[in-house]
Amino acid sequence: MSLAVEVRGVEKRYGSVQALAGISLEVHAGEFFALLGPNGAGKTTLISALGGLARADAGSLAVMGHDVTRDFREARRAVGIVPQEIVFDPFFTVRETLEIQSGYFGLRRNGAWIDELLERLALANKANANMRALSGGMKRRVMVAQALVHRPPVIVLDEPTAGVDVELRQTLWSFIRSLNAAGHTILLTTHYLEEAQQLCSRIAMMKEGRIVALDSTANLLASFSERVLRVKLANGTLPEALAAVATSEAGGAWRIPIQDIAHVEDALARLRAAGIEIASLEVAEPELEEVFVKIMHAERVEKAA
Amino acid sequence: MTGFPTLLYKEVLRFWKVSFQTVAAPVLTTLLYLLVFAHALAAHVQAFPGVTYVEFLIPGLAMMAMLQNSFANSSSSLIQSKITGNIVFILLPPMAAGEIFAAYLLASMVRGLTVGTGVFAATLWLIPLPVPNVPWLIGFAVAGCGMLGTMGIIAGIWSEKFDQLAAFQNFLVMPLTFLAGVFYSMHSLPPFWQAVSRLNPFFYAIDGFRYAFFGHSDVPPWESLAIATAAFAALSWLTLALLRRGYKLRH
Repeated sequence: MSLAVEVRGVEKRYGSVQALAGISLEVHAGEFFALLGPNGAGKTTLISALGGLARADAGSLAVMGHDVTRDFREARRAVGIVPQEIVFDPFFTVRETLEIQSGYFGLRRNGAWIDELLERLALANKANANMRALSGGMKRRVMVAQALVHRPPVIVLDEPTAGVDVELRQTLWSFIRSLNAAGHTILLTTHYLEEAQQLCSRIAMMKEGRIVALDSTANLLASFSERVLRVKLANGTLPEALAAVATSEAGGAWRIPIQDIAHVEDALARLRAAGIEIASLEVAEPELEEVFVKIMHAERVEKAA
Repeated sequence: MTGFPTLLYKEVLRFWKVSFQTVAAPVLTTLLYLLVFAHALAAHVQAFPGVTYVEFLIPGLAMMAMLQNSFANSSSSLIQSKITGNIVFILLPPMAAGEIFAAYLLASMVRGLTVGTGVFAATLWLIPLPVPNVPWLIGFAVAGCGMLGTMGIIAGIWSEKFDQLAAFQNFLVMPLTFLAGVFYSMHSLPPFWQAVSRLNPFFYAIDGFRYAFFGHSDVPPWESLAIATAAFAALSWLTLALLRRGYKLRH
């Protein structure tokens, strides 16, 4: 399988801050990949290094096999980056912005693709509006379009849904999903972990400039999270067999891990047998948020030790 | 040469969209200088023999406006892009340092030359000047606007906030332009200040530009052109080195 993004031993220091402390990472062509981590973990620095906005102190980065410094033209042609901050040029309209961005990539007659981008991102009726006149969410959509004018095989989205309304989030993800289905590699950072869980097949978690977890979404969920039965009792106490595995949660609910749905039956039967009435009941599927919290916490403990 | 034509187009369009501020206003300011100084000084100053003070003043003022506007174009465009953050849209595409340099420089020169043309267009029908020597005229216009366009790129890259750019402009560019012999002939100065003036590269651009009209100058035109061009070349070399290193642009 060919590599869309290849990061080898990348280090980057800003003054006294070690932003990247030896990152190695491979993203395969066609993957939908998430880069997660708390603020300050180095995600944006890594993306900046990938796009040539920052220079690595050590190590190498390549996009579609093109080194980002030695072969910078081909590398930059291969990647479209949507920056995290909303930025725009107030001198131009939406269409001018996209035509100019196309021109920077040497694309002169890009009108048909620009029209399609405007259509897909629900910007068609704003094509001739000045950038200043757009809402934040619309500016964000223009930035997505700007990153895609040159049809890059690798698309990098740095927190694309921060502060974005539900409708736009859905429009954006359906578009990005269709691009992924058409063969584009997607690299995404987000703080909305349920988005990453739904969309991404593989996940890297970063902390303090290092990768602390890297696996398929399914494996991460299986190893760090579990399906649980969450019950609140109306009376009585939890039977011993269940109490041995259960943990209590804030609000008085019990959290009982269950391997599969058959175990739910089993747990309920035990409660019935003990004559306990149930006030509320919920089956919770494994959550990436739990994985994230556990991994970040484990890191902290390891550091403290 | 992938993005250069578009970046040049965008930089020209950027100032053209606000041409009241970027072209018409400097032309008007220059005319006001002309009006005021010509009235105040015409009776007292005879800079060149056979040339009235108003005539003497026009090429110098035109060149001053050209220098200032060439500087203003690249410097303000870069600082605005840096502060608003939209510089990323120029840094992410596959453009080499040379392309970025050439686009910002040429757009600055276009602005400087447009303002200069405006100054002449507004004055010539009132105060006709001798027909200029075109090669000298173009040579000094290009060297002067180029020198300042390049300085504008350096200032725009170096400045991190508007205050620093204003300092660059007011403490370096303004004194150098005002003390470059726009309003007087260098020969009217005491020897010490003549020597100081000769260290100012802007002086050669103005002196030589005036030579194109009157065939008379403080310094031989070849010498002026050589010095102005050398300054332009040195600044270009420095700017290209900064852009290649990504100084303050690619962290």
